[in-house]
Amino acid sequence: MTAVQERPVGGSLVDQFELGLDAPICLTWELTYACNLECAHCLSSSGRRDPRELSTEQCEAVIDELQRMQVFYVNIGGGEPTIRPDFWHLLEYAVDHQVGVKFSTNGVRITPERARFLASTDYVDVQISLDGATAEVNDYVRGPGSYDTALTALRNLQEAGFEDAKISVVCTRENIGQLDEFKALADRFGATLRLTRLRPSGRGADVWDELHPLPGQQKVLYDWLIAHGEDVLTGDSFFHLAAFGEKLPGLNLCGAGRVVCLIDPVGDVYACPFAIHENFLAGNVLSDGGFQRVWQASELFTELRSPQTGGACAKCSFYDACRGGCMAAKFFTGLPLDGPDPECVRGLGESALAGERTVPPASRDHSKAAPTRNQPVMLTLLSRPPVSACAESPLADYAPGAPEQKGCCA
Amino acid sequence: MSDPQHDPILDQAWVLSPSVALRPEPFGALAYHFGNRKLTFLKRRELVVLVETLGEHPDVRSALVAAGVPEVEYGAYCSALHSLAGTDMVRPRTREVAA
Ligand code: SF4
Ligand code: SF4
Repeated sequence: MTAVQERPVGGSLVDQFELGLDAPICLTWELTYACNLECAHCLSSSGRRDPRELSTEQCEAVIDELQRMQVFYVNIGGGEPTIRPDFWHLLEYAVDHQVGVKFSTNGVRITPERARFLASTDYVDVQISLDGATAEVNDYVRGPGSYDTALTALRNLQEAGFEDAKISVVCTRENIGQLDEFKALADRFGATLRLTRLRPSGRGADVWDELHPLPGQQKVLYDWLIAHGEDVLTGDSFFHLAAFGEKLPGLNLCGAGRVVCLIDPVGDVYACPFAIHENFLAGNVLSDGGFQRVWQASELFTELRSPQTGGACAKCSFYDACRGGCMAAKFFTGLPLDGPDPECVRGLGESALAGERTVPPASRDHSKAAPTRNQPVMLTLLSRPPVSACAESPLADYAPGAPEQKGCCA
Repeated sequence: MSDPQHDPILDQAWVLSPSVALRPEPFGALAYHFGNRKLTFLKRRELVVLVETLGEHPDVRSALVAAGVPEVEYGAYCSALHSLAGTDMVRPRTREVAA
């Protein structure tokens, strides 16, 4: 139920969205922190399953609640969601309960047989992650073999008659030059291209400096989106680029806690999938009376829906379109939340980054303790500091029956 | 164009598409089409009442009257219905027999 509050009637949708909705319209649900890959920029620092991950019954209860709240669809991700043994069951359970599913996958389990099953199911959308239009560029950040895995999945979907799969690309310094190639690839598979922004979230914080598009590339991206924007999906990725001139298609505001949110594998509810940090934790679906309670009544979300000041951005003539950019991008680069985005197209982010700032330490990390053969070259090149004490032990992953290592999952 | 106050749609029978669910929101409602997965925002309560009750009335005009929409605004509501029809949120009722 809506809290009875003073709320202006009419106004633009963005004005209404800022005040929050009775249920999210962009809900991401990560089913597991386990993943077969170790992408250098993983937004959720995934790798290993968390022993507290929701059981099948608990997941079904979440779906029942989403149905009651009329959350019409959910973006399922991870980790790699398809490696959960009950993934296909939960998919069917959701669809049977009027909760449509779009799931993100690296393609590892999209066999010809699964592709045929997906093609026969309504209300399921599949999104394959690909961060390079060539194996070289993709595998550098996503790990060896991951390009082939993704393309095999796309081929299987196409051959099974699955229509309009999505190819989801995180735009980086390495692949901005490949936008036309990505589009051609999508066309070849009868798929829709989805471009998203690299945020310094999760392991993305470790590689953001090296990977985030350079100022000149931001303009290339903007021009490309102006030319092709109607045919590609971008979600809320690039509204900070609106300050180059025109507004871009897509959601033009930071929807964190207002229309956007994340349920993580253990049932924690965060303001946004790019904000897995205790500062943005609103509650837990198990211990705080269910998702609806957390969404509608948590202190954090109430605060995020209250009128915000533009801070240092308020005087900017682009503020109406850009609104200071992405909360997560600012937070994880140690910039003030009411100031400019680190990628502010006026260059204010760069000067802020050059100044005094403290990058917040990661508060959640499920990265694999020891590198595997799937580790991308990028990570081996970076001298990445150990994420936590247990990662320092080369035997951490091999101790049989060792109690779950504290510090990795906590 | 013809006079917007006399859009021919006013005399036609329409209905909310069976694949559409409406979720009440403080500003009106959110309409979701399970078939084409389009999400639309109905930003006025009168519009929400109108699309919900279209199917109960012989034509759009009587649905507008029942929803309490003033006559001067009929043109605006008719064009809203046309744009909703573009994504199959609402549809004419006449074809059903033929289908
Ligand atoms: S924090 Fe960034 S990624 Fe999250 S909703 Fe806001 S703009 Fe989008
Ligand atoms: S100063 Fe703030 S509002 Fe203006 S362009 Fe930069 S980030 Fe956007």
